[in-house]
Amino acid sequence: MADSLKLYFRYIGISIRGQMQYKASFVMSAVGQLLLTFVEFLTIWALFDRFGSLRGWTLPEVAFFYGIVHTAFSFAEGVVRGFDVFPAMVKSGDFDRMLVRPRGTLFQVASQEVQMMRIGRFIQGVAILVWSASALDVDWTAYKILFTLGAIMGGIFIFSGFFVLQATLAFWTIESLEIVNTVTYGGVESAQFPLSIYRDWFRKFFTYVIPLACVNYFPALLILGKEDPFGTSKVVMLLSPLLGFIFFFVCSKIWQFGVRRYTSTGS
Amino acid sequence: MTAYTAIVSARFRMLLQYRAAAMAGVVTQVFWGLIRVMIFEAFYRSTTASQPMELMDVITYVWLGQAFLAMIPWNTDPEIRQMVRTGTVAYEMLKPVGLYNLWYARALATRTAPTLLRSIPIFVLGMLFFGMKAPESMVSTVGFAAAMAGAIILSAAISTVLNISLMWTISAEGVGRLVPAMVILFSGLAIPIPLFPDWAQKVLHVLPFAGLSDYPFRLYVGQIPPENLWMVLAHQIGWTILLAFLGKYMVSRGIKRMTVQGG
Repeated sequence: MADSLKLYFRYIGISIRGQMQYKASFVMSAVGQLLLTFVEFLTIWALFDRFGSLRGWTLPEVAFFYGIVHTAFSFAEGVVRGFDVFPAMVKSGDFDRMLVRPRGTLFQVASQEVQMMRIGRFIQGVAILVWSASALDVDWTAYKILFTLGAIMGGIFIFSGFFVLQATLAFWTIESLEIVNTVTYGGVESAQFPLSIYRDWFRKFFTYVIPLACVNYFPALLILGKEDPFGTSKVVMLLSPLLGFIFFFVCSKIWQFGVRRYTSTGS
Repeated sequence: MTAYTAIVSARFRMLLQYRAAAMAGVVTQVFWGLIRVMIFEAFYRSTTASQPMELMDVITYVWLGQAFLAMIPWNTDPEIRQMVRTGTVAYEMLKPVGLYNLWYARALATRTAPTLLRSIPIFVLGMLFFGMKAPESMVSTVGFAAAMAGAIILSAAISTVLNISLMWTISAEGVGRLVPAMVILFSGLAIPIPLFPDWAQKVLHVLPFAGLSDYPFRLYVGQIPPENLWMVLAHQIGWTILLAFLGKYMVSRGIKRMTVQGG
């Protein structure tokens, strides 16, 4: 385990050094990401400016949801986006080489690449989170801070699970990838707001099918001291971030199933 | 002129081949449209104050935005990016047509063919299932159609300027990342321009981006009266001409400093 971790950081180091050869390009991309997400937040601000509140929620409260989901998503995107290039690896047969190396395939694909430019979105997510935390009337005990970090961790695992799932599909098809992207980005978009504002089927989809609510909506409710209008108990909310890890575990099992079924293109 | 017509129609027919991509695009856009509609519904239910746009109109506006998303100049042409990187852009210059006009014709096809493939299914789905309403009146239908034509020539002009900026490779990176966010916000695709703070609206009405989607969509829902169509068209055509001058100037500068690497 410690050995793998060492190897991972070595891979990452190589990837980062490589990207730092194009400094101007990195700065442009990172600043671009930062501004892109800043614009996203501007639209939320503009809506609050126009409507005052969102079904009883204030801007700092919504910003808390926004901050949690974007911090988690950008981190996952930066660290495990090696899965992005995976369909190409299957197509070219490069994946075969990974199968003969003495490390897990999941680990090897994940450590292919770190996307440093994602730091732009990450900084913005953290900034919004910090602003929201200071604007909110919440007594920030160590327990609450830890719980927030736990929710973010759970979120990172859920999004990583998405990326693994998407890559797994490449064992069978490359046509359906866009659909997974839709759910991923759609999930990020919708989790910027409290899930209770959506219609029933949609809320249930992101609670039971894809447990995004567990790493965003429920933990935030608990920290903001709000009740779930649908009567979820406090204990469930407290344990909900754990579902992120379980989701990832299930995805990794599906991945392993895919690897076992894998037949090389043979070139 | 026949040369340009040929370029447009050849690319147009080529782009019409990507039907599977269009289908996936439709699914994505319907999903996004649903999320946006639900968010607006929630905001509208939070207030009793009267708003500059009715919820029904906003919903229709959202679906129009999803239907015509491919028409918005939010990205640069990947083939031109490739041409600049590999140096094959030199062949473009050998062609017996002006570079600006050539690329404008390309952009015109790029902005229309994919839009055609996506807009029709989204229109049908939106009207049947998702609360999109028909145009306000017969007159506003005509106004909408005219303004969409204006939007397409404006969109192609903006696309062309973006594509020309790829000649400066460093800025290409920035253009590729910064422009989408700006275009989506300023054209009213993120939220309809009438819902922006009043001071911001004044600025956004002048910028070229309002002519891409906000003006035509508001003609559709009747939020802009049909008799104001000429103002919309003047805005769109004025900006198209201005951007054409800018684009041609950039081409002349770009060609002078361009070094194509041998090999």
